[in-house]
Amino acid sequence: MGAVEINADGLQTRDLNDRLRDLMLAGKRKVIIRNVCGQRYIGTRLYSPERHRMEIDIFGTPGNDLAAFLFGHRLVVHGNAQDGVGNTMDDGEIVIEGRAGDVLGFSMRGGTIYVRDGCGYRTALHMKEYEGKKPALVIGGTAQDFLGEYMAGGTVILLDLKGQGHRANFIGSGMHGGTIYLRGSVNRSQVSEQVEISPIDEADRGILDQYVSDFIEKFPDLELIPKEVLKDDFVKLTPRSKRPYSDLYTY
Amino acid sequence: MPRKRRELYNKEICACSIFGAMNKDGERFNAAGVMRAIANMHVRGNGLGGGFAAYGIYPQYRDYYAFHLMFNGKTLQSQISAKAEFEQYLNQRFDVVHDEEIPHRPQTQLRDPPLIWRYFASPKKMGEDASLSDDEYVVRTVMQTNSRAEDAYIFSSGMNMGCFKGVGYPEEIGEYFMLDQLYSAYAWTAHGRFPTNTQAWWGGAHPFSLLDTSVVHNGEISSYGTNRWYLEMYGYACTLQTDTEVIAYAADLLLRRQRIPMEIVAKILAPPIWNAIDTMNEKEKKLFTTLRMVYGPLLMNGPFAIIIGQTGRLIGLTDRIRLRPITAATKGEMFYLSSEEASIRLISPELDSVWTPSGGEPVICELNSRRV
Amino acid sequence: MKSFVFPQFQIIRDEAKCGQCRGCERQCAFGTHIYDPVSDRLISDDNKCVGCQRCAIFCPRDAIVIRPTPSFYRPNASWSREKLEDVKKQAETGGVILTGCGNDKPFRIYWDHMVLNASQVTNPSIDPLREPMELRTFLGAKPNLMDFKVKNEEVEIATQLSPNLTVEMPIVFSAMSFGAISYNAFLSLATAASKLGTYFNTGEGGLPREMREKFGKHAIVQVASGRFGIDAEYLNCAAAVEIKVGQGAKPGIGGHLPGEKVSVSVSATRMIPVGTDAISPAPHHDIYSIEDLSMLIHAIKEATNYEKPVSVKIAAVHNFAAIAAGIVHAGADIIAIDGLRGGTGAAPKVIRDNVGIPIELAISSLDRRLRQDGIRNRCSIIAAGGIRCSADVIKAIALGADAAYIGSAALIAMGCNLCQKCYTGKCNWGICTQDPRLAGRLNVDIASQRLINLISAWSHEIQEMLGGMGINALESLRGNRDHLRGVGLYEWELDVLGIKGAGE
Repeated sequence: MGAVEINADGLQTRDLNDRLRDLMLAGKRKVIIRNVCGQRYIGTRLYSPERHRMEIDIFGTPGNDLAAFLFGHRLVVHGNAQDGVGNTMDDGEIVIEGRAGDVLGFSMRGGTIYVRDGCGYRTALHMKEYEGKKPALVIGGTAQDFLGEYMAGGTVILLDLKGQGHRANFIGSGMHGGTIYLRGSVNRSQVSEQVEISPIDEADRGILDQYVSDFIEKFPDLELIPKEVLKDDFVKLTPRSKRPYSDLYTY
Repeated sequence: MPRKRRELYNKEICACSIFGAMNKDGERFNAAGVMRAIANMHVRGNGLGGGFAAYGIYPQYRDYYAFHLMFNGKTLQSQISAKAEFEQYLNQRFDVVHDEEIPHRPQTQLRDPPLIWRYFASPKKMGEDASLSDDEYVVRTVMQTNSRAEDAYIFSSGMNMGCFKGVGYPEEIGEYFMLDQLYSAYAWTAHGRFPTNTQAWWGGAHPFSLLDTSVVHNGEISSYGTNRWYLEMYGYACTLQTDTEVIAYAADLLLRRQRIPMEIVAKILAPPIWNAIDTMNEKEKKLFTTLRMVYGPLLMNGPFAIIIGQTGRLIGLTDRIRLRPITAATKGEMFYLSSEEASIRLISPELDSVWTPSGGEPVICELNSRRV
Repeated sequence: MKSFVFPQFQIIRDEAKCGQCRGCERQCAFGTHIYDPVSDRLISDDNKCVGCQRCAIFCPRDAIVIRPTPSFYRPNASWSREKLEDVKKQAETGGVILTGCGNDKPFRIYWDHMVLNASQVTNPSIDPLREPMELRTFLGAKPNLMDFKVKNEEVEIATQLSPNLTVEMPIVFSAMSFGAISYNAFLSLATAASKLGTYFNTGEGGLPREMREKFGKHAIVQVASGRFGIDAEYLNCAAAVEIKVGQGAKPGIGGHLPGEKVSVSVSATRMIPVGTDAISPAPHHDIYSIEDLSMLIHAIKEATNYEKPVSVKIAAVHNFAAIAAGIVHAGADIIAIDGLRGGTGAAPKVIRDNVGIPIELAISSLDRRLRQDGIRNRCSIIAAGGIRCSADVIKAIALGADAAYIGSAALIAMGCNLCQKCYTGKCNWGICTQDPRLAGRLNVDIASQRLINLISAWSHEIQEMLGGMGINALESLRGNRDHLRGVGLYEWELDVLGIKGAGE
């Protein structure tokens, strides 16, 4: 079945999302949106009890909160994304051929996001997992401060493919679940007290193998070979305790 | 002894959108692109304020101070008499070579536009004032006028630059003043406002400016009381009921009066945290500790993203934990700053580089040569 | 002759619980409990009890209850029991009524009439557990304008800076002299201050030689009117020097440490003979006018090679703002103001309860006055006198202070229950006494840990409140009255405090 095209030039957020929803309810499976410029919440209004699934290609720069509350669809952005990508995302897949902004994957609880370049502040804030639903975030570059703040579950992988080094501070502040893998290394002072830095083991290699292969598949233009990426050192960040602040209060 | 009235003021909160564009070669362009860009972020504002600052727009009067005045009286009559009173005051202190109403569209849906006038003038310093620098003389004039007169407000006071603002969406303000037709500037900043005080007034929109320093600001300064408390000791009257004005005055105090380099000024407004300072080498540690010790009251706390415009440069800065977004981008000789990347892409779909600066790190763009 | 005054406290011993262990007899230095061998019971004399609760807390069987006796007189709004009995006591003795601790009378507590802000929607509150929240501050003079030299992209500071104290949190231990308090209590304060990164004030009793090396750099040493224990080494080992002109509990009058409290070690520290009275005259006899104070300030700066900030402590009284402004012009780097509720080891009750003004009003008016004169940067303000909790500290800073001194709160952390009998030298908690048997009860390790616990807990609370206001550095709260509102205050009080009423 062919794809339906929407020209977003001059469309307000509301109108664009109206059309997307109409297309979903009409049973369309593939949509291409061109000339996107700042429209928000693309992919958010696509909940249906019948669980329709769409594949949406976005050309241009989508606005804030792309795929917020996403209900299992697949979005590909051919360009950069802004803040709030995958906000409280429930399930689905997002591929960004460029960079993402701040609060990427905030409160994400399922699905996967692949970002080719880097991202901004407060990535994976309060990401969570529950009963078999385990979200993942794979980033080809690096992140800025407050990565994994309050993280409660899920997997975050930063590949730093350009070898710029991880310069984020306050990593894992308040982390009490989940795992962050960093290709390369990070200083103890960049990471919160509550987080354990450890080398990876066999089980971790298996996980990384899986996600790196998927990542490479999503971005064929990078011409990467999984073995090349995986041969370097990775570190694993995990929380020391599920109750990091139990000593703080007096009753 | 008469009781002193306590220092009551109402602080307005600013949630908004900001945008800036500059051509490093000094080539001038009109506001059409900037108006489209800021309009693209329409949803960040609520129509109760918009404004622009433009640099290089008065080349024929480049050596004169360009005063933009707002006369806000409720009736035309009161506006005219406020204007007459102001002109009397101005003519005593300045030689005015030209003055006129700032041109605007006659029909508009904007509500209650005040009478807006501009004057090109040079200082006439007499008596004690003769020892002051021209800039200092102008600052005093601005402070006196704005704290004294109810209905006359100087909202732009630089050379070869000007601010245009009012109550409305920024694109509406741009249209009202015909910024896309009448003016060419090498740098523009723009702002769309979402104030939480519904009694918006034309003077409350951004940019706030003093001499050639203009500021557009997204966020709220929680340290406003402290910043104001400190600046008032240096003669700045914080009368505009908006926290953005302390940024403009702090920039004037530090950049112009104390001649501190911008990189250091950024470290005063958004200093590194103590944990970071304690691990620096001795020299840096001493510098940053001293800055925080002496200029602590100028630390701008609370979420903010600001664009400061000055003759020849634009500076973007966010608070030290980057609670507000800002994206910087370049394409050839053009430099852009924006709350959202999409607005930049709208007017320049291809970009050489795009990045989000770290909290507390200034992004400075300067003209390749100082002559414009 | 029998006194006409009723006992203040009533001791109720549960005979069924009491195991006759005689612990209470050992604990009480006032001789309240005595074992009577004839009846094989402990007998208690209500008249001797001061209500310090030592025996009740330490009774292994919780058999003792000590409670204030009700007033036995016909209720009289003007002649309260206290006023009535004070007249009787003076008729019986012809003496000035002494007391200890701070003003206990129901003057308005402005801390309890101010509420704080919290940010929502327009400004995120900041979570101090996960984001940086900075309480470090500097006490001393700051320059108005700084000169910078820029060479090859490197910036250097050209202005000469005045010495400042660095405190990790805006709470400092107030002046309590060794002599007024025991050696162990004094050492506990010094230990806690050095571990916390703040300072303690030696009061006018000097700093014992053996403590100078380890604790000198955390000590603010006092130069008071009696000039006790001051030599060049004392001044130079300290972090700062404070000239005590007055204190909140007894503005305008001097102090008197009775000879029985001048033990061997007190005598050595104060450099006066054992058993002599230590009298601090009311004024410094070399300061009869403001220019004399200026001379003393500079003399001290000379004696310490200009390396230490000089503080001047004054009591908050009627026109003190003008005096304080003069003191700043005279060269002081820090002004410590002590309000109506400041504590003391001994003072005439009528002065403690009637002289001085509340510290809240004082901070605000001093801050405003210094700003109006354009000299606010030239000094730091430390507020003292009845600071009871972390909210009081934050409110003091929002009104314009740089830091707060705590006295009574520190003593309470060590065990004090404010029984107001410090002047007797019989403190059962080992705090305000020189009797070695009593002083030995205060364990320095435990007491200093309790102080550290208190200040750490308050620091966390301050961080939470700052975060709630959307502020992550203390310097952004100083003088920021916008974050305070008044509740239940008169218009003039709001004016003096410089704050709006709640809802405005």
